[in-house]
Amino acid sequence: MKRILAAALVLAPVAAMAAGSAHDLVLSHYAVQAKQADSAFAGFSAQRGETLFRTQWAKGDARTPSCTSCHTDNPRDPGRNAKTGRPIDPVAVSANPKRFTDLDQVEKQFGRDCKSVLGRECTPQEKGDYVTFMTGQ
Amino acid sequence: MTMRTNLLRLCLFAALVPAPALAGDDWVPPVKDPLVLKECGACHMAFQPAFLPARSWNRMMDELADHFGEDASLPADKVQAIRATLTANAGDVVGQGRARKYMQWVAPNGTPQRITENPDFERKHRKISDRTWKDPKVVTRSNCPACHRGADQGYYEDD
Ligand code: HEC
Ligand code: HEC
Ligand code: HEC
Repeated sequence: MKRILAAALVLAPVAAMAAGSAHDLVLSHYAVQAKQADSAFAGFSAQRGETLFRTQWAKGDARTPSCTSCHTDNPRDPGRNAKTGRPIDPVAVSANPKRFTDLDQVEKQFGRDCKSVLGRECTPQEKGDYVTFMTGQ
Repeated sequence: MTMRTNLLRLCLFAALVPAPALAGDDWVPPVKDPLVLKECGACHMAFQPAFLPARSWNRMMDELADHFGEDASLPADKVQAIRATLTANAGDVVGQGRARKYMQWVAPNGTPQRITENPDFERKHRKISDRTWKDPKVVTRSNCPACHRGADQGYYEDD
């Protein structure tokens, strides 16, 4: 009972924040996972998401030290794939409302992009932070 | 050469795309299959299957987990469907137009994975300077649409 209550407390602010948007499902999916991974999980942070986005990790592919290598410094701008040269639509939700609405697509892309930049999977906490940041952009 | 003139040249290349009505020997049948367009068009344009023989596509579909250093793996049912489309439209199957020229250079049992290493590709692109290849809008030889505006429709003829 106590655990259910804790989960509800954690999910409530997240759900309220994204209420009325299709990003709801994606964020609550990551909230459940983050809570499972760490019982001290206390919600997502746009600021941490921004740090993830801007940090020069340089732990994966040499051509892509950072998320900004393909998505540019400004998430509202179109980007360009640093490996193939192909243009990429903006990743900020304000510029591209379809972003983060299709969980399969989001998961597939996190899988590829985190490996390219961080050389590992992103954690559910990192994914939720990133989506929270982009939803506010 | 300055970057500006390079870009200008790129624009010129792009502008020299013939109208569909002029489609001749150089037309390459474009990809129309929505699954191939989505899954093989996510990171780069969906390359026309006529540029490689069927055995090349078979090998590529077997090795998606290490696709030019990328993990491009897909669920088995999608791999199967994409493989079927690519091999049915491969260069050694269609055997006409630009595909015929490309296939002449492929060894009988060769399974090349790059279109950009075919001697016909190299011959047609040998005048392009290193600077142009390294232009931030080009990035790599395989970025056909950066120079060929009609690439998605299979038009590469610039004269
Ligand atoms: C190699 C280039 C590249 C790098 C580096 C990159 N991305 Fe991406 N990203 C893409 C492409 C390509 C897409 C899909 C483009 C599209 O759907 O228009 C994408 C889309 C996404 C999406 C899906 C959004 C949606 O719902 O459509 C997420 C999530 C994402 N990227 C996260 C990241 C994160 C996090 C990083 C840094 C750790 C990162 N990306 C770095 C190329 C890149
Ligand atoms: C995760 C991103 C990604 C996906 C998805 C992907 N590719 Fe690629 N592909 C690449 C990269 C990166 C290269 C190397 C680009 C370069 O070096 O010019 C490449 C290169 C290629 C080349 C060789 C280009 C040349 O130089 O001639 C072919 C052909 C190709 N891909 C076909 C496919 C097919 C078919 C699919 C779908 C099953 C696919 N790709 C899906 C990333 C991807
Ligand atoms: C940097 C720009 C650039 C890129 C990238 C590029 N091309 Fe080209 N390509 C050219 C130019 C310029 C010509 C014209 C050469 C000539 O006519 O002498 C050409 C010619 C061709 C031709 C011959 C057309 C004819 O005149 O008969 C083909 C086919 C072709 N390109 C295919 C491709 C494919 C496929 C790709 C991607 C895998 C590609 N090109 C990438 C610039 C480019």
